[in-house]
Amino acid sequence: MAKVKGDIIIDIEKCKGCELCIEACPQDTLEQSRSVNTKGYLYIVKVQDNCTGCTNCALVCPDGAITVFRQSGKKKEQIAKITNVTGDLKVTVG
Amino acid sequence: MNEKKMTGDEHYETMIAEENICINENIVYDKPHDALYSTPMHYCPGCGHGVVHRLIAEVVEELGIIHDVIGVAPVGCSVLAYNYLNIDMSEAAHGRASAVATGIKRVLPDKYVFSYQGDGDLAAIGTGETIHTCNRGENILVIFINNGIYGMTGGQMAPTTLANMKSSTSPFGRDVQTMGYPLKITELVAQLPGTYYVTRQSVHKAVNVRKTKKAIMNGFLYQKENKGTCFIEVVSNCPSNWKMSPVESNKWLDENMLPFYPLGDIKIPSNSSKNNGE
Amino acid sequence: MKKEFKLMKGNEALAEAAIRAGCDAYFGYPITPQSEVLEYLSREAHNRTGMVVLQAESEIASINMVYGAAGTGKKVMTSSSSPGISLMQEGISYIACAELPCLIVNVSRGGPGLGTIQPAQSDYFQSVKGGGHGDYHLIVLAPSTVQEMSDFVEFSFELAFKYRNPVMILTDGALGQMMEKVELKPQVERFHEEFNWATTGRKNGNSRVITSLNLEAEKMEEINIHLQKKYEMITKNEIRFEAINCEDADYLIVAYGLVARICQKAADLAREKGIKAGVFRPITLFPYPYEELKNAAKNVKGILDVEMNAGQMIEDVRLAVGNELPVAFHGRMGGVVPSPEEILEKLEMKFLGGSNE
Repeated sequence: MAKVKGDIIIDIEKCKGCELCIEACPQDTLEQSRSVNTKGYLYIVKVQDNCTGCTNCALVCPDGAITVFRQSGKKKEQIAKITNVTGDLKVTVG
Repeated sequence: MNEKKMTGDEHYETMIAEENICINENIVYDKPHDALYSTPMHYCPGCGHGVVHRLIAEVVEELGIIHDVIGVAPVGCSVLAYNYLNIDMSEAAHGRASAVATGIKRVLPDKYVFSYQGDGDLAAIGTGETIHTCNRGENILVIFINNGIYGMTGGQMAPTTLANMKSSTSPFGRDVQTMGYPLKITELVAQLPGTYYVTRQSVHKAVNVRKTKKAIMNGFLYQKENKGTCFIEVVSNCPSNWKMSPVESNKWLDENMLPFYPLGDIKIPSNSSKNNGE
Repeated sequence: MKKEFKLMKGNEALAEAAIRAGCDAYFGYPITPQSEVLEYLSREAHNRTGMVVLQAESEIASINMVYGAAGTGKKVMTSSSSPGISLMQEGISYIACAELPCLIVNVSRGGPGLGTIQPAQSDYFQSVKGGGHGDYHLIVLAPSTVQEMSDFVEFSFELAFKYRNPVMILTDGALGQMMEKVELKPQVERFHEEFNWATTGRKNGNSRVITSLNLEAEKMEEINIHLQKKYEMITKNEIRFEAINCEDADYLIVAYGLVARICQKAADLAREKGIKAGVFRPITLFPYPYEELKNAAKNVKGILDVEMNAGQMIEDVRLAVGNELPVAFHGRMGGVVPSPEEILEKLEMKFLGGSNE
């Protein structure tokens, strides 16, 4: 079974680097960066492409700096249509 | 349309990864944009105030009451809450938020009114107003942020400071013999017949954030029933004045605050009529 | 239209006037000698106009309820007596800075401390010069009759909304308790005007905020400058006073409130003896009628300031007339009301060299 595919966008200028999102993430997707934002905070960045879009990071973020996306099943169908799974795998893209 | 023959999962995976899923249709969580200004908040990194502000904004937007809600900000760290919440708000004197909210609600009984208060504000200087507001059963929502310390003034002992907990005015730990005991004001107001819904929540984990949001939602919804005061305590942290990192502070909250201030509903409407009858 | 008259206590006349002025809410706490206001409103107001009347748990809660309700743009008031007004000072300062219209009534009694329940004017400084922290002013009205206790209610709301400023009716226990014939005004409908500053729920994109806080010094100074400009405007437009037989007077008696009426009797007694005395009564204590008093005192030989305190308004009298004119003082304290005879005696003693003592 394919995993649910998610992604996040972090508003690094709002991020204060408190790391609560790192704690909240079950996938170890996040880490603190080594560079600072204009306010001087070591902001948080995504380091792995394994986000499931669970929203935990955004929920605990005190600064509302994280937006979470999740690929919907419906959308996936639109992107790639998989047919004839038992025989020759056919995928319709479009 | 392209029709390709494929042999395995590998190609399939690659194909999906190429696609950018960060598009509006795929948003599953975004901060509120109407009830919350995009201004960066002045709170210290990791402070629970930001989460609770956001939850209020989310609930106000989801209930569609943005034009019918009036908030009252306290004196304390959240004194500038109105700079972040884009709703009509009134700033109250220290401890008087529930009296100010009473004044607003009494002349605008059809509006949703809430006060947002810290532990020093609500449980020390404003104890009288808190108890009498609850005792009159004012149809307001009181959101009470308890982090066991005076944040804005720099970490002095609060009425809710735990026994033996260090603060700048209890530098050797709170000695209950001379400084009194931590005050469980939420349990106290739950005893009053005027309160309708009393609960204690936290925002230190995602699951708790969800529960707190639900509680705030209930708090506003119950206001329509005109049956009494809704009182939500949110046990929160104060990394700066606890002198911990945000992550450490949440762990400390879990291990020290929550055993003394246990989470959960203390009084819920279905029980309240039963309790009153007993 | 037929006029409506009634024999009423000062406190009750004031409460009745509040109902008839279309007042939306009253928040108060019992204290002698003003409890009749709360009692009368509790009995009469809600059934007649739907006005909110709430007995709060303290004067501190009362004034903060006033702050909250006034922030919604409603006609809101409270009343108390001296110790209770002292408790309200923090809230009054907030209301003044947040520029909220409201009415505060002080049916004052003798102090300091718990003092007495008898009338006094020892709250003059507190009411007129500040009382709470910061540079602010209330508009202060001093009625001298039960009729004025009644009339000044609607007038106060008018001024409060015109300037977005708290107004205080400064009266005393005697006027609150005494009964006189009052002409009552017709009932005014409670209004439902929407103000763009009032917190009634967000109307468009940006929210309204009622606050007295600004952490930036320059911004806070701007707020202060704005307030001072407003007070200048109030001073320019709203001074009220009464000058009785001052035109030909050789001596002026200056007094406010109930004392002014006693002084009027003293002035009458003086004229019977051939001493040309007049009474100058400031009606607005802030703004104070400095120029008007100066003009009235142009041709007089001396001024006797009479107060039920140790001498508070006398500072303003001296500011008005300067050092060229002798200003004498007669005061009673602790709840004692001066008699016309003793005032006349003092006048004669100070300025005519005569004394029975």
